[in-house]
Amino acid sequence: MKGLFFALWMLVRRELLLAFRHRGELANPLLFFLMIVTLYPLGVSPEVDLLRRIAPGVIWIAALLAALFSLENLFRGDYEDGTLEQMLLGVYPVPLLVIAKILAHWLVSGLPMLLLAPLLGVLLAMPPAAIAAMELTLLLGTPVLSFVGAFGVALTLGLRRGGILLTLLVMPLYIPVLIFATNAITAASAGLPIEGQIYFLAAMALLALTLTPLAIAAALKISVS
Amino acid sequence: MGILTARNLECVRGDRALFSQVGFTLSPGCLLQVEGANGSGKTSLLRILAGLSRPAEGEVLWRGRPIAEYAIDYQAEMAYLGHALGVKADLTALENLLWFLPLAGIRLSETAALTLLARVGLAGYEDIPARKLSAGQNQRIALARMLARSALLWILDEPFTALDIDGVALLGGLLDAHLAAGGMAIITSHQPLLVSCLIEKLVLS
Amino acid sequence: MWRFFHKLASPPYFYSLSGKFIPWLGALAALALLAGLYLGLVVAPPDYQQGQSYRIMFVHVPAAWMSLALYTFMAAVSAIHLIWNIKLADVMVRSSAALGASFTFIALATGSLWGKPMWGTWWVWDARLTSELILLFLYLGYIALVSSIEDRRVAARAGGLLLLVGVVNIPIIHYSVEWWNTLHQGPTVTRFDKPAIHLSMLTPLLVMMVAFKLFAATVILINARAEVLERERRSAWVKELEL
Repeated sequence: MKGLFFALWMLVRRELLLAFRHRGELANPLLFFLMIVTLYPLGVSPEVDLLRRIAPGVIWIAALLAALFSLENLFRGDYEDGTLEQMLLGVYPVPLLVIAKILAHWLVSGLPMLLLAPLLGVLLAMPPAAIAAMELTLLLGTPVLSFVGAFGVALTLGLRRGGILLTLLVMPLYIPVLIFATNAITAASAGLPIEGQIYFLAAMALLALTLTPLAIAAALKISVS
Repeated sequence: MGILTARNLECVRGDRALFSQVGFTLSPGCLLQVEGANGSGKTSLLRILAGLSRPAEGEVLWRGRPIAEYAIDYQAEMAYLGHALGVKADLTALENLLWFLPLAGIRLSETAALTLLARVGLAGYEDIPARKLSAGQNQRIALARMLARSALLWILDEPFTALDIDGVALLGGLLDAHLAAGGMAIITSHQPLLVSCLIEKLVLS
Repeated sequence: MWRFFHKLASPPYFYSLSGKFIPWLGALAALALLAGLYLGLVVAPPDYQQGQSYRIMFVHVPAAWMSLALYTFMAAVSAIHLIWNIKLADVMVRSSAALGASFTFIALATGSLWGKPMWGTWWVWDARLTSELILLFLYLGYIALVSSIEDRRVAARAGGLLLLVGVVNIPIIHYSVEWWNTLHQGPTVTRFDKPAIHLSMLTPLLVMMVAFKLFAATVILINARAEVLERERRSAWVKELEL
């Protein structure tokens, strides 16, 4: 048991260290997030009332795309240099290793999105109540995006042009999160209670955390074989 | 007394069977060399034996139990070194040892790691990122990692390819020591093996 | 009983058995289809609210039902393949994929045709149609994944895993879309309310459901036989067949 915790801890530390050694690349998904949001006023209309109304959807769609963008290389490096094989040939259950890896990834990709989002909210003229709700939905929702996205990544790992296929596979699974998160923010702007939506998001987060690692581990084994 | 048994293994690529009805038994102190032309399925066979791929037919048994069902027990006693070494280019040689072995259940102190690296001829290179080391040196890092695991069975896919003359001699010595201590090994290699122990050969046609 | 299933999993036995069934299934399907269409288009009275245009329901509802039923069938058979490693199970899944996607497309197209006379637009973001559209993406995703993996056995396992994850998500997606739809109801109710089900309308609907099922079974078996022939083309029993 102690060996397991140490192994997981070292895995998280290693992932964070590797991410830090490529810190230039860490900013890319965040820039992507920012760019997509910027495109909406330019492409639709900068009118404040309109922006305020579409802000929840804009932020969350941008978040979905940025999450997929950042997940594409989640396993690729390990797959190519043989580290993934060694992980699968270790002595600890792969689903636990997967949780550690995705947690580390979320710390460097999901968490910064949470920190950047209020700025984007200001760009889209969101009231403070909406921004607070947005942060809460992102806190609960981005882990779901990470885990479900990681499943798609694991499934398309060996494929050459996996990126487009990844989007097709994962987007239907993201839709429930999108629906409930955006509605929570809209309801919060109108001063309505949002417990129901938050509970649903929390339930999805728990479901993702407990069930997807098994599917991801199975997908990794399939991709490596 | 055989510990590793392979029975009736068949590997299919596309429509053709690369090989079929492959079987053997391995006992402590044995080294099995897998030979065959390019594309005859040597790497595929080793991956099946390591448990990374599933054979189209047949099974692999470790201590009498199928490795497909008792994977973790098997993996605790087996070390696999494939074409992709599993060495992270952005980590130093020392970091590669210290941060990977916990996954195999091994907690190495820094001094022990340094000793291992010296044993494989990387003394003085411990703090250099692996991307700045040569292919042969990367291979040595992978060998050090394998040594630390003290696994009973070594499965090595063309381990001599990137090594220089010293490296070849080093690996030969390590294999000798391993087999003399009761270990087992399965190797593919294009070069003649310079080991002093008994070699069984398996030829894939 | 188990021995029958065991025998069924053997390709040559499946090939000969399905060969005997297909003509009967096909004939029954054609009969049911004709009967259903006659009952639905000629015998059933026009709806008091929707007039004649409701009749497209006799194609739309069975198609939508089949699209979901086939996806669940594919997921269940994939589970069988993943657990017991029966190759024929994967053949059945592959043979159903394109048909399932087609049913989904038909459901969407007929749904759109149904909507035009009622609401004046070719597409409405109604809960059922939106769910159906997402189901189409799930089908296309499966087909795309399986076609892009070269090794057939790996493709079978990857696709099967995707179907299992998809089938678990379908209720979640469906519920979410239903909920989303209730939030955005316009002043006019845009749900495809089935007209009050009178026996004269229920009968053709049920007959069409059965017809679609028989049709699906026929097509899947035909596809599966072709797939089995292709996969086993080098084996002795195929060479002995007089083709």
